[in-house]
This record gives sequence, structure tokens and C-alpha cells, in this order.
Amino acid sequence: MFSSPTPEMWPAPLRPIAALGRISLDGVSALGRFGRFFGQAVGYVVIPPFKIGRLRDRIHFIGFRSLTIVILTGAFTGMVLGLQIFLTLSRFGSEAYLGPAVALSLIRELGPVLCAVFVTGLAGSALTAEIGIMKITEQIDALQVMALNPMRYLVSPAVLAGVITFPLLTAIFDVVGIMGGYLVGVELLGLSPGTYFGEMKTFVTMSDLMTGYWKAISFGIIVPWVCTYKGFHCGHGAEGVARATTQAVVLTSILILVWDYFLGSVLP
Amino acid sequence: MIRVAGLHKRFAAQPVLRGMDLDIATGEIMVIIGRSGGGKSVLLKHLIGLLRPDAGTVTVDGTDITRLRGGELDRVRERYGVVFQGGALFDSMSVADNVAFPLREKTRLPASEIRGRVDEKLEQVGLTGMGHKNPAEISGGMRKRVAIARALVTEPEIVFFDEPTTGLDPILVNTIHHLILELHRKFRFTAVMVSHEIPEIFEIADRVAMLHEGTIIEVGPPEAVRASTNPIVQQFIRGDIETAPAGQRREPGRQP
Repeated sequence: MFSSPTPEMWPAPLRPIAALGRISLDGVSALGRFGRFFGQAVGYVVIPPFKIGRLRDRIHFIGFRSLTIVILTGAFTGMVLGLQIFLTLSRFGSEAYLGPAVALSLIRELGPVLCAVFVTGLAGSALTAEIGIMKITEQIDALQVMALNPMRYLVSPAVLAGVITFPLLTAIFDVVGIMGGYLVGVELLGLSPGTYFGEMKTFVTMSDLMTGYWKAISFGIIVPWVCTYKGFHCGHGAEGVARATTQAVVLTSILILVWDYFLGSVLP
Repeated sequence: MIRVAGLHKRFAAQPVLRGMDLDIATGEIMVIIGRSGGGKSVLLKHLIGLLRPDAGTVTVDGTDITRLRGGELDRVRERYGVVFQGGALFDSMSVADNVAFPLREKTRLPASEIRGRVDEKLEQVGLTGMGHKNPAEISGGMRKRVAIARALVTEPEIVFFDEPTTGLDPILVNTIHHLILELHRKFRFTAVMVSHEIPEIFEIADRVAMLHEGTIIEVGPPEAVRASTNPIVQQFIRGDIETAPAGQRREPGRQP
């Protein structure tokens, strides 16, 4: 580890420049740690021995425990979409396109993004808090002195579980959302069921499904990556864990939206 | 044997270890005493390879562990057992699973054999029948004993104890000390213990080393350390409140 002079050690006129340099160096080294952490996490996904039991546990932790919230929010998102899009389309007399409009919004955009944000709030924050508490109570040190790699044990299974569960959770969110739109559009507002689903088949293509799928997979990497990183690098005591958890949720949510925009602009 | 030579460590601008030397013989109970914040835990973290020194070496049976990484360091650690200050029990697992954990992860023993060893270790620390409990459900003293059982279940050659009796009542302190002594007699491991329990710790130590401001200022058998002429050692053992030498004392209300 290198140490450079603190800004106070420079002559007064140069201090702002020294401080700027210090901030830049800190930023770059933090980014480097973040990247190296990801590299190690991916490395232990592919290098044996694999922790199958831990993977199963993380799939349960991230996937199964998020099911209720995904179904609930998926249903209401679909219902809100159904209502709002129906009201908009009815101004142009195009209510027949309600099905594809709801399905495309969910599959391409809202399904992966909202699902990832909700799972971050539920499982991501819990991941950060769990690892943070393990760190401050020396449980991570205990793993290390037992000659067990904490990355292999705590991080890689979470990242792999994210890659496995996020597309599935997103698919459930999409299906439940489409059914929510059906409930409002067909059952409440009187659209015919054949129109709702028939037009959907015409307009929703495989590339739309793949766009949603790639988004879900990448969010499945981002959420456990950021959340476990923040847990691993939390400060001292309960306050350190609390701050790390907040930072994890905020940073993950921002990254999800930024990455969503990026993918949305490069994928067909 | 463990040999610490010229160990230096600083955090930011604060030096914690200032070129300390210490030899720990195979099979002895070495107790490291010293004031809080004096670098005892930092020293222990260097011995178990959780921290790397700025300068100096930690040699375990001829191997400098400060230069080892990854798998090489893990091979040294496989000979270790560590009892952390707070126990560091995995709170997502039961007591029995905590004790079984190192065996499940590091050996290929069949489940029945692991169960047998776990029961045996829990019995040795006086916790028979407590295996199904969660660490959060048991008392502080029990948690320490579970931590000791977990550290010893792999039958390590060197066991590190980081303040194993902190926060316990005097009776439990003696119970834990006697437990450590009894297990040491039985398994003959090398024990390195950081402790504040004076004078109780003199009863079980083979040798005592006092760490003060980053260096070892006294080391020897308990009776020799007790009889030390070093005023800092005497002040620590007697628990005197620190006072500056008369010439440096400030008069209240008067600027120096």
C-alpha cells in the first residue's frame, strides 16, 4: 500500500490541487477494489471446490424469500399499467393495443427494473447487513483462520444465485403483471380477452423477451455484487452496518437505472 | 515454535507495534498482557495472518508466514485454532453445527464420525446436550466454551485465545481458565493467549510477556514477571492509576 503526503503537508496555494489529487486517487483505488472484488467473486464461481449448499441457501435467500413481494408488486404494477394505458389508448380509440402495450412495458423495461429494485430492498439490504454483522463480530476473520475463503463462501454463491434467480423472478413479475393488466382491462373495463392476448402475440417478439432477460441477468449480478461488497467494507459497529446497508440500497438502485438505460440503448 | 522478530505496524500515522520480538516455545502457554490499545490484538492478528506487518517477520516452525499468500498461508492456518474475543460463532447455525463446521468444510470425515467428535468436544467443554441451541440463546460463558470447542475440534497444534474471559464473572473466568489448562494438558497444543485477567492468568501461564507501547518490555515465567523491577510492569500488575512523574505534573489552573 502506498502513502502519499496529506494535503496539509503542501504549501497553502497548492492544497486545493493536492486535495483534488487525493480525492481522485481515493476514487480510482475504490473503483479498483470494487472491480477486483467482482473479479474474485466470478473467479470462485468457476474455480472448484464449489459450495453447492451455500448456493442453495442463497437461492432460497434471494429468490424464494422475494417471491411474495415480487408477486404482489407485479400484480399492482400490471393493474396500474392496464388502467393508465387503457385510459390513454381510449382517447385514440386504440384500446385493442392494451395487451401488447402492457406486455412490452413489462417485459422490456418495468419487469426487470422494478423486480431488481424490490429485490434490492428486500434481499440486497439483508445481504449487506448479514455480511456487515459477520464482519464486525469477527465471523469473517473466523472463516479466514479456518483456511476458508470468505469470498468463495459468502460472495460467489450470492452472485451465482442472483444470476439464477433474477430472470426467474422477473419472469414471474412479468406474468403476474400481464395478468394484472388483464384483470383491469378485461374484467373491469370490458375489453375482450381475445383482443388482449391476441394482439400481444403479434407485437411481442423474441428480441423483446431477450432484452428483458439480459437486463434481469445483469441486475442479478449487480445487486449481489454491490450489496456483498458494501457488507464486506462496512465501518465499525452498528452504525457502520447501518450506513453500509443504506449505501448498498442507494448505490444498487442508481446502478440498476443507469445500466438499464445503457442496455436499453444498445440492445435491439 | 513461533518467532516474532522486529515486527512493526502502523495504522495511518499511528505506530502500534514498534519492532517487537517474542519467541513462543512449542507446547507452552504464553500469555500476553498489556494495557488496552497497546497492540495485543494487532499482534495476535499478525500471528494468525490476518494482518501483514510494515516490517519484521513471524516465523512458524521456520516458515515466515508474513510472506505467504492464499493456499500456502491456509496450510499454516490448518494447524491453528483461534478463539475470538466475542466467540465469532456463526449465528445462522446451531451450536453443534458451529463446532462441526471446520470438520465439514476441511475434512472428508463421514457425518457419523463428525457427530461423534462434536459430541465429544461439547462434553469436554461441559456443554453436553446443548448442541441444538442457537448461539443467541446461550449465555456469554457458554458461547466462549462453544468457541473453544470449535477451535479445538480439528485438534490444532497452536491455539490462539483473544481475551477468552472478557466480560465474564470471576467464577466463570476461573472455570474457563481451568478448562483451557485441562484441555492443554490433554492435547499439548501451543497456546498463545491475550488476557487482562490479573492475577488469575499467572496461575495457568507457563510464561508471560508484557506488551507496552508496541514492544515487549518483560517476558518470563509468571513469578519472574511478578517480581519484575520494571515500574510499568508493577504498575500494570497492581492496577495503579497512571500518574506522571512529579517533575512533569501540571499544577491545576497554571499554564506550563
